[in-house]
Amino acid sequence: MTTNAFSVLPGAVSTSLVNLTFNGQLRRVPAGISVAAALLGSGEMRLRSSPVSGAPRAPYCMMGVCFECLVEIDGVPNRQGCLISVQDGMQVRSQEGRAQLAQQQEPHEHA
Amino acid sequence: MAADNDVIVVGAGLVGSAVAYGLLRQGLRVAMLDEGDVAFRASRGNFGLVWVQGKGYGCSPYARWSLASARLWPAFAAALLEETGVNVELVQNGGFHFCLTEAEFFERRERLQWLQAEVGPEYGFEMLGQASLRSRLPGVGPGVTGASYTSMDGHVNPLKLFHALHKACLGRGAALHGNRRVNDIRYADGGFTVTTSRGALSAPRLVLAAGLGNKVLADKVGLYAPVEPNQGQVLVGERIAPFLRNPTIYVRQTDEGTIQIGDSMEDCGYNDTTRTEVLAKIAARAIVCFPQLANLNIVRCWAALRVMSPDGFPIYQESTTCPGAFVTTCHSGVTLAAAHAQRIAPWIAGLSRPEELDVFSGERFLDPHREFHNDH
Repeated sequence: MTTNAFSVLPGAVSTSLVNLTFNGQLRRVPAGISVAAALLGSGEMRLRSSPVSGAPRAPYCMMGVCFECLVEIDGVPNRQGCLISVQDGMQVRSQEGRAQLAQQQEPHEHA
Repeated sequence: MAADNDVIVVGAGLVGSAVAYGLLRQGLRVAMLDEGDVAFRASRGNFGLVWVQGKGYGCSPYARWSLASARLWPAFAAALLEETGVNVELVQNGGFHFCLTEAEFFERRERLQWLQAEVGPEYGFEMLGQASLRSRLPGVGPGVTGASYTSMDGHVNPLKLFHALHKACLGRGAALHGNRRVNDIRYADGGFTVTTSRGALSAPRLVLAAGLGNKVLADKVGLYAPVEPNQGQVLVGERIAPFLRNPTIYVRQTDEGTIQIGDSMEDCGYNDTTRTEVLAKIAARAIVCFPQLANLNIVRCWAALRVMSPDGFPIYQESTTCPGAFVTTCHSGVTLAAAHAQRIAPWIAGLSRPEELDVFSGERFLDPHREFHNDH
């Protein structure tokens, strides 16, 4: 068991908390921070596996450039965790390898 | 002064590196001059197709030349893998050219019929209507009228090709000089002295493979290469599970799952910046081709400059006033890489000249009775 490499600095974030799940596990995280920061701060070091080699990957640049922080959020694959703020009730899953391209939604028949 | 090199290759992009690799395989000592990261690099901006179909309309030697290179590609890729360990991900399982209107479909058939009549029965192609196209390529949208298919086409990872060529050249002892913009070239006593931003080099032979830079450099050694930039923009999507097996003219998926979407064609000078409305059009067309792509995340986009001659075909020529100086320039540095290494390089090294090259002299553009246009 490794110690938590990242922690939330006191006073740096909101004291109010929201609930999200990561791979089905409940996490209480500060409101208003990014999904990547929330997961790192809660001790998560493996957010995805490489679609090429399968190696474990973690957030790196935290500014939208490196695409290391990809996760599935509320069923949508390959979201950049560092660019999306946590929301109460969010369901996050690790991005395992290549995503399936979501099916194109059929034209609305009820409109 | 004694030269350390048998040949200086100006330009270390895909064209220069492929020629240099071929020269090294002939046993020559090669110096490569690369302008640096300020250069316009078609080698880093291209679409990665090894493509034959449709090329050379109105100029069948170019069709034959492209086909010959495509056939040399498997051995070329295997040689690069063997000596560098870099797999350039060559896949030649046939390519589709989409037609989005009836008019495009008929024009496409006419073009390929002409090419087949010129090149011969080995230039096989199929015109696929919408139903047969959609059974061959699942996921094609209802907005696609049809497609032409030939088994001759394929694709590679062009960045891995670039890397493999540099690695192969270095492995065979080439001197690769980076950040060396060529300022001047002098021909005297049967040799060339190339002045760069950081010192001069001399050699008895010279290859100009400087892409758009050839326009100015060719003039210095009695050659004519009136190339102009033509801008293309492309989008790169996230890596996704295998969804497209074959390369197509607008969309391809790499071995590693990346989706690449092309491309635009604009004559807008030495401008390699993207514009949102151009990218939006490219994306919209890709969604017509494959509606599922509407859900694709785009992770990068860029513009790059094609190296276009007035008729769109390559220029290969040895100087008559400065013998030993050669120009090689084209806009299909990926498709033609195998021919550049295995056919052009031996010619430059002093062996026989490929007979297909007769029509590719730069002097064709000096004929006042000919008019040129390129439709690439």
